[in-house]
Amino acid sequence: MDLSLIIMQLLSGIALGAVLVITALGLTIVFGMLGVVNFAHGALFMIGAYAGLYVASLTGSFWWGLLLAPILIGVFGMLIEFVLIRRLYGRSIDDPLLLTFGLSYILVEGVRIVFGSDGIPFPTPPQLVGVLDLGIGFFPRYRLFVIALVAVVLLVLWLTLEKTRIGLIVRAGARDPVIMQVLGVDIGRVWLAIFGLGVGLAALGGVLAGPMRSVNPEMGSLVLAEAFVVTVIGGLGSIVGAVVAGLMVGVSISLVALFAPEMATIVMFALMAVVLLIRPQGLFGVRGRTA
Amino acid sequence: MPKSRSTPKLTRRTALAGLSASAAMLAMPRLGRAADETIRIGFPTPLTGPFAAEARDQVKCAELAVKLVNDKGGIGGRKVELLVRDDKLNAGEAATRTLELIEKDKVHAVVGALSSAVQLAVNEVTRARGVIYVSISQSDTINEAKDFSKYTFHEALNPHMTTSAVARQTLKKGMKVAHLVADYAYGHEMLRGFKRAQAAIGADNVGEILHPFGAADYSTFMPRLMSMRPDVLCISNFGRDQANAIKQAVDFGVKQQMKIVVPVILHNQRLAVGPDVFEGVVGGANYYWGLETQNKTAADFNAAFKAANGGAIPTDYGAYGYSGVGSLLAAMQTAGGTETDKVVDALEKLQYDLTKGPQHFRKCDHQSVQSVLVLESKKKSAMATDNDLFAIVANDSGSDEMLRSCSELGHAT
Amino acid sequence: MTSPSSGEAVAKPASGSLSWLLEQRVLMSVAVLAVLPWLLPSQALAVNVLIYGVVVMGYNLLFGYTGLLSFGQAAFFGAGAYFTGIAIGRYGVPWFLAVAIAVLLSTCLAAAIGIVSTRTRGIYFAMVTLALAQLVYYVALQASSFTGGENGLRGFTVDRISLFGLSVNFLDPVNKYYVLMALAALAMWFQSRILNSPFGAVIEAIRENEQRARACGYNVERSKLIVFMLSGAISSLGGCMLALHLSIVPLDILHYQTSGMIVMMVLLGGARSFFGPFVGAATFLILEDVISVWTPHWQIFVGAIFVLFVLFLPKGIWGTLLDTLGIGKARR
Repeated sequence: MDLSLIIMQLLSGIALGAVLVITALGLTIVFGMLGVVNFAHGALFMIGAYAGLYVASLTGSFWWGLLLAPILIGVFGMLIEFVLIRRLYGRSIDDPLLLTFGLSYILVEGVRIVFGSDGIPFPTPPQLVGVLDLGIGFFPRYRLFVIALVAVVLLVLWLTLEKTRIGLIVRAGARDPVIMQVLGVDIGRVWLAIFGLGVGLAALGGVLAGPMRSVNPEMGSLVLAEAFVVTVIGGLGSIVGAVVAGLMVGVSISLVALFAPEMATIVMFALMAVVLLIRPQGLFGVRGRTA
Repeated sequence: MPKSRSTPKLTRRTALAGLSASAAMLAMPRLGRAADETIRIGFPTPLTGPFAAEARDQVKCAELAVKLVNDKGGIGGRKVELLVRDDKLNAGEAATRTLELIEKDKVHAVVGALSSAVQLAVNEVTRARGVIYVSISQSDTINEAKDFSKYTFHEALNPHMTTSAVARQTLKKGMKVAHLVADYAYGHEMLRGFKRAQAAIGADNVGEILHPFGAADYSTFMPRLMSMRPDVLCISNFGRDQANAIKQAVDFGVKQQMKIVVPVILHNQRLAVGPDVFEGVVGGANYYWGLETQNKTAADFNAAFKAANGGAIPTDYGAYGYSGVGSLLAAMQTAGGTETDKVVDALEKLQYDLTKGPQHFRKCDHQSVQSVLVLESKKKSAMATDNDLFAIVANDSGSDEMLRSCSELGHAT
Repeated sequence: MTSPSSGEAVAKPASGSLSWLLEQRVLMSVAVLAVLPWLLPSQALAVNVLIYGVVVMGYNLLFGYTGLLSFGQAAFFGAGAYFTGIAIGRYGVPWFLAVAIAVLLSTCLAAAIGIVSTRTRGIYFAMVTLALAQLVYYVALQASSFTGGENGLRGFTVDRISLFGLSVNFLDPVNKYYVLMALAALAMWFQSRILNSPFGAVIEAIRENEQRARACGYNVERSKLIVFMLSGAISSLGGCMLALHLSIVPLDILHYQTSGMIVMMVLLGGARSFFGPFVGAATFLILEDVISVWTPHWQIFVGAIFVLFVLFLPKGIWGTLLDTLGIGKARR
C-alpha cells in the first residue's frame, strides 16, 4: 500500500468530515446556547438541500441556492423557535427534544407531498465539475471546494463569537441568561437568532451535500445520527469539539474504509463508545453540565 | 389512494363466525367456495418509503391485469378484486398486512413485495398457512431449498440471471474487473453472480470492496478502486445506494478510466439521478418500454397501459405487477377457480406471454424462466423524448440454462 | 411525594368500589386486553397493541417512572425477538425456554448498554442510547449468519404451542392472541411488583430529585443501571412475542425509528401511568391504520398530533383522563 493512496484516503476523510462538522455545528451551537437538542436537525438538513435545489432551478445558478437556502431555512427555523419551542422553555429539558422529533415527521412528509418521494437530481455546479490532478491522484473539485468553504464558515463564526460585541452577548447569554436580562439584553431575541443560525447551518450542510449525494426526503435521517455521534464525541455545546470530532470521525471512517470497508459505518459508533468510557462528557465537554 | 382498499367491511358477527371457520380450514386443504364469490388477491407493496414510485407503478399494472380479466367476465363468472396494502418497505409490516389479508380478508392468493426482506417475510407467512404467493422481488435466497414453499412462485428475475446476462455483454477475456458491493445478502448474491460469469469468460478479478448497506457516502472507497486500475467496475447494490455510488464514482472521474456496470438498472433511479451521471452505464432489466419496436407483446402491453393511464408508459417494476397478477389469474382460469392445489398445479404447467415473450415456472424452485434485457443509459443529446432513457444492448431469451441448477439450490431432482 | 406512602396519602379517595377495582391494575388491564380483538378492526392490530403495549410498558419504567429519556429501546425489543428466533430456529429450543433465554440475554445486553449510558445524564443520555442502539442495529446487519442480516431472520415458525400437556394450534389467530396475552399479563404482573416494591419508590425519588435521592443515601448510579436492565427485560419480552407472532424478525425492529415510535406511544398514552402504554400503543397503531387507508401521507398527521400532545397534553390520554377523574398517582 503506497503513501499516495493513504494521502488520498486522508483527503477524502477530511472532505467527509467537513460535511459532518457543518451539520454537527448547528446542533451543538443550539444546545450550547439554548439547552435544546434539535431532533429535526436532520429533516432541516434535507429541507436545506431541497431549498437549494429549488432556488438554483429558479435562478439557474447553484450559487444563489447556496447563498439563499440557508438564509431562507434559517428564517424558517426562527419561526419554529418563535411559534413552538419558545412555549417549552422552563418545562422539562426533554420537551423540546420530543417536540422537534414530532416536527421532523411533519417536515419529511411535507417534502414528500410537495416534491414527491423519489430522489431529485442535484447537478454539480459547472465550475466545479470534474477532478483536479494533485500529482498523486485525482480528487473531485467540488469536494475540495466544500473543504475550503467549511473552513471559511468556521473562521467567520469564530471571529464573530470571539471578537465582536454580538459574540460577547451570545457567550454571556449561554453562561447566565438571567444576568443578561438584568443587564437589559433581550435574551429572547438572542435565542431566536441562535436557533435561526443553527438551522441555517443545517440547511447549508444540506445544500453542500446535495451535489454529492442524491437528494431525497430520507437523506436527513442518517445525517441526524451522524451529527449526534459527532456532538457526543466532541462534547455537547462545544464548537471546537464539533470541529475536532467531525474531522476525527471523517478520517477514521476513511482509514477504516481502506482496511475493512464493510466496517466503515460501525467505526464511528465504536469511537463514540470508547470516548464515553474514558470521558463521559465528550472530548471538549464541560463536566457537570450534561454528564 | 388505491380504490381497492375499501373492501366490503365484514361485520363483527360474521368476522367471529369466520374466525372459527378459518381455524378449521387451516388444518385441511382449502375447499372450493361458492362460484359467485369474488376472487380476492392481496397485494402488499411499499406505497410509502423510497420505492413509492415503483410501488405505484406496480399497483397500476396489477389493476390493469385485473381489469382485463374482469372485462372478459372474470374467472368462471367470478369477479376479481385486488386488495392493495402498504407494506412500508418493512418486513414486519408486510408480515402483519399479509396475516391480516389471510385471516381477515380471506384472500385467495397474495402477489407482491419489492424488497428481498419483505418477499421472504411474506413467503414465511404464506408458506405456514398454505396460501399461494407470487413474489415479484429479486433474490437468489428465495430460490434455495431452505426457503422453498410449494405455494410460492417467483415472477421476478434473480441476481444470478441478471449478472450473467450483463457480464456476457460487457466483459471480455483478459479484462480487469473490480467490484463495489453492498455488504448484505442481496449484494453478495450479485457479486457471486458476476464472479461466476467473469470466471467463465476469463476476465481477471483485481479486487472487491464491500461497503456498508445504506451508506450515503462512497468517496472513501474511490481512491482504492482507482488504484486497482480495472477496465470495468461492477457496482452490486440497489436503489439509492446505487444512485449515490454511481454519482460519486463519476465525481471522482471513474468513468474516464473504466466502464461502470450494474446488475439491475432502474427506470426511476435513472430519472432521479439524471442522464449525465448515468450516461454509458450498462445494467440488466426485466422490462423496458422501448422493447415495443422488436416485440409484439410489449407493444400490446404498452398500449393497454397507456390507454388505462392517460398515455403514461409502464416501468420495469410495474411490469412485474402486471405479469405477477396476470400469470396467477391465467392459472386460476385454467384451474377453473381458486382451489389451491389445482392452481399450484396450473401454475407449474403454465406457459404465458404477458409483457415481453414466453415465460414459464421451473418445476423445482418455481422460478420464472424469462428473457433478460441488457440496457445502456443514453446520453442526454441522444434522448428522443423524456422517456427515451436506454438503448437495448441485448435481449437474451429465457432458458433453464440461465438459472442455477436445481441440485445446486438443494432441491431433489 | 417521593415515596409510595406519601403518594397513597395524596390520592384523592374515589368512590369505594371503583377505587378497589383500580387498585387491581393488572387484573383490570388484562380484562380490557381480553376483549380487545373484538373492539378493534382487525386481529392483527390487536396483537400489535399487545406487543407494543408490553414494549412501551417496559420503556415507561425507564422514561415515565425514573425520568430517563432513552432513544434506544429498540435494541431490547429487537434483541428479544432475535434471541427467541435464533434459539428456536438454530438450536431447536422449545418456545418457552427460548423466551426465557431471550429475556435473559437481552437483560445482559441492557446491562452492557446501561453501564456506558447511565454514566451520562439528561440530554446526553438520550443521544448516547440512540447511538449505542444504532450500533446494535449495525452489528445485527453484519452478523448475517446469525441474524439473516437485511433479509431478516426466518425459519422458526411456531405452529403449535404446548405447555403442561396442553397443545394448541398457534396459527389460529384467536389462540395466538390469548397465548400472547398470557405473556403480556406476566409482564404486567412483574412491572406492578417492581412499582410496588421499595425499589419503585427509589426510582421515583431519582426522577423527582436526583441530588436529594443521593443525599438520602440511595445508590443512584446502581439504581439507574438496575432500572435500565429491568426496563430492557420487559421490552425484550415484547420482542419475544413479536417473533412468535410474525415468525420472522425484521431488521427494521432495531432501527432508531422504532425507538422513536416507542417514545411517541408512551407520550400519547401517558408516561408514568400503568395502563397508559397500552392506550398509547393502541392510539398510535389505530391512527396509523385509519389514516393510511385514505392517504399514504399518514406520518404528517401522526407527527402533528404528537407535537400537539407535547405542547398541550404532556400527560397523554390516559394520564389526563385519570387526572380529570381525580384518581391519584398510586392507583394508576
